[in-house]
Amino acid sequence: MKHTLAILVENRSGVLTRVAGLFSRRGFNIESLAVGITDNPDISRMTIVVSGDDHVLEQVIKQLNKLIDVIRVSDLEPGETIERELALFKVKVDKGNRSEVMQIVDVFRAQIVDVGVKSLIVGVTGTNDKIDAIEKLLRGFGIVEVVRTGTVAMNRGAKTVKPGK
Amino acid sequence: MGKKTRMTGARALIECLYAEKVEVMFGYPGGVLLPIYDELYDADIDHILVRHEQAAAHAADGYARATGKVGVCLATSGPGATNLVTGIANAYMDSVPMVAITGQVPRPLIGNDAFQEANITGITLPITKHNYLVTDVNDLPWIIKEAFHIAFTGRQGPVLVDIPKDVTTDEFDFEYPDKVDLRGYKPVKTGHKMQIKRGAEAIIKARRPVIYIGGGIISSNASKELLELAEIINAPVTTTLMAKGAFPDSHPLCVGMPGMHGTKYANFAIQESDLLIAIGVRFDDRVTGKVDSFAPNARIIHIDIDPAEISKNVRVDIPIVGNARSILKMLVEFISELKKSKSTTTQWIKKVEKWKQQYPLKYLMGDTLKPQYIVEQIHELYPDSIIVTEVGQNQMWAAQYFKYSQPRTFISSGGLGTMGFGFPAAMGAKKGCPDKVVFDIAGDGSFQMNSQELATVVKNDIPVIVAILNNGFLGMVRQWQDLFFDKRYSFTSIDDSVDFVKLAEAYGALGLRVTKPDEVAPALKEAVDSGRPTVIDFVVEREENVSPMVPAGAAINEILDLEA
Repeated sequence: MKHTLAILVENRSGVLTRVAGLFSRRGFNIESLAVGITDNPDISRMTIVVSGDDHVLEQVIKQLNKLIDVIRVSDLEPGETIERELALFKVKVDKGNRSEVMQIVDVFRAQIVDVGVKSLIVGVTGTNDKIDAIEKLLRGFGIVEVVRTGTVAMNRGAKTVKPGK
Repeated sequence: MGKKTRMTGARALIECLYAEKVEVMFGYPGGVLLPIYDELYDADIDHILVRHEQAAAHAADGYARATGKVGVCLATSGPGATNLVTGIANAYMDSVPMVAITGQVPRPLIGNDAFQEANITGITLPITKHNYLVTDVNDLPWIIKEAFHIAFTGRQGPVLVDIPKDVTTDEFDFEYPDKVDLRGYKPVKTGHKMQIKRGAEAIIKARRPVIYIGGGIISSNASKELLELAEIINAPVTTTLMAKGAFPDSHPLCVGMPGMHGTKYANFAIQESDLLIAIGVRFDDRVTGKVDSFAPNARIIHIDIDPAEISKNVRVDIPIVGNARSILKMLVEFISELKKSKSTTTQWIKKVEKWKQQYPLKYLMGDTLKPQYIVEQIHELYPDSIIVTEVGQNQMWAAQYFKYSQPRTFISSGGLGTMGFGFPAAMGAKKGCPDKVVFDIAGDGSFQMNSQELATVVKNDIPVIVAILNNGFLGMVRQWQDLFFDKRYSFTSIDDSVDFVKLAEAYGALGLRVTKPDEVAPALKEAVDSGRPTVIDFVVEREENVSPMVPAGAAINEILDLEA
């Protein structure tokens, strides 16, 4: 079972190490991790996708809460959450299949962000599943290089993840 | 807001320590600490110079456990800091409040593999409650304030502060903050009222309750409240290694230690109980044995300050998060309101009492000197002592055969199981409680891991008594080899004729040797009366086993008698 956690942390050096170190030390599996600054420059927000049963998840959240630099941990509800990931795929192409690749890009509402003689870079944003799907199709042409950001996520509607008092 | 005064970082550190009311610290100087040590030279702090930094950390730990205050240790960068690591890990595992201060190379050199540089904040990340690298002298006051606050509140633990040398020489306008504001750290204090009520209801309904207590009773100073609870509900109390002294061993409701080397009756009581009231414990594997078979018939109430301990190892039916003392107070109040009939546990207590009669802790006394007898004699003569232990057989015998009556009088490395802990920790305990007789019940293996501290105790006149239960073996490992490895004593014999009497004398301590039972009491008296640091070499039965014992991986009622 996958869970997406939104974690607000103090924007200090070493915080990422503390969080990542906790996961490895306690034997929790990180599927993906993305981190960036928030509207408050003192606070960073991490989105961590973690796999494990309810017991593992409970421990992850409790252990994260014990870190002094962790301000808030929120387990985002799947149906109530917008999730996005960005990926870049460098795909081998030739005269014969270039247009076929572009069709796939259109269907997925992805973008060609770089065109070379023998390769293309496809940029795509979407859910983890969508990116997996386009990757599967592009693999047929020969993927030379992949980079993915990991999921970022936010509650739908008015609900927010805020530091609180 | 106080007055701002211009000073260096080193001076400010001393002012911070004054503000935190630090009276004693244990340390060892070094290159990057020169500015700090220059300030310590005439500071009003009793600084004890150890002979190895590991001992500074253990001494601070022992001081903290004996006094209930925060222990403070200080070491230089690189090897000084890494030598603290075992002591910090030890304090972390046993939730001991400690502030470890380390020197660091000057900021421009950090990351350059400079002389005596080690990334100690990185190294101690998983073994500290929190740690800091001070990168600006203006941050020093709030960091020290936070460090003491974090170490002492919530689930207590060690905090490390790493201070680069050039930060200690920088000047700034010093002002000590009067409060901390940590948005990511708000430890729960009082328990949830409804949960406590649920706990009270479960307790009243229980027919076979057992109270299972740990170090949390001692760190929250809840012994009085615990006694009240035990008596009002008339339930047996089992005290883990970390809780020794939190509930008097002599009390009729006390069933001693649970788990691997616990009493049979404590283990039987847990296995048959219908309600386990766990307070300030973490269901360690040495207590639960095979976890699936632990307390199979019991609902579990778990009271703990650390939410992460709830349902970590065993499922809990009624969790109550908060300070044990305040929760116990409320719990007793609720129970008193709800309880109508008198004791409903009379039958249960009778049963437990019968087990107690049937399966007492025992050993065979022969012509040779038995380690258990020595521990009993120490209790007989000096029942109000602080007993510090090393790790292994000596530790178990000290837990089994001394009858503790007061909290903070049994000090032992529980979680990490650190050989070499006892002697420096005893030194720290004695510094904190100079009026108490302090024994380090030691093994010949463990003692040799930090025996260099004999120099420290002699030089600083810290008269602790090291009682070596000398069997010429790494006894606990030998015991396992005896039982599970066909007596193949692979590298556990340390019968290497170290003359511990001469060793003591070489350092200027008193050294005594005892080989017969009737010499035990006179030697103990001579040691205590001398008022000097003393090593007593008790030459004991070589292959005595700690009994009873639950083999690793077995259920705790599958407990074997091993007495020879």
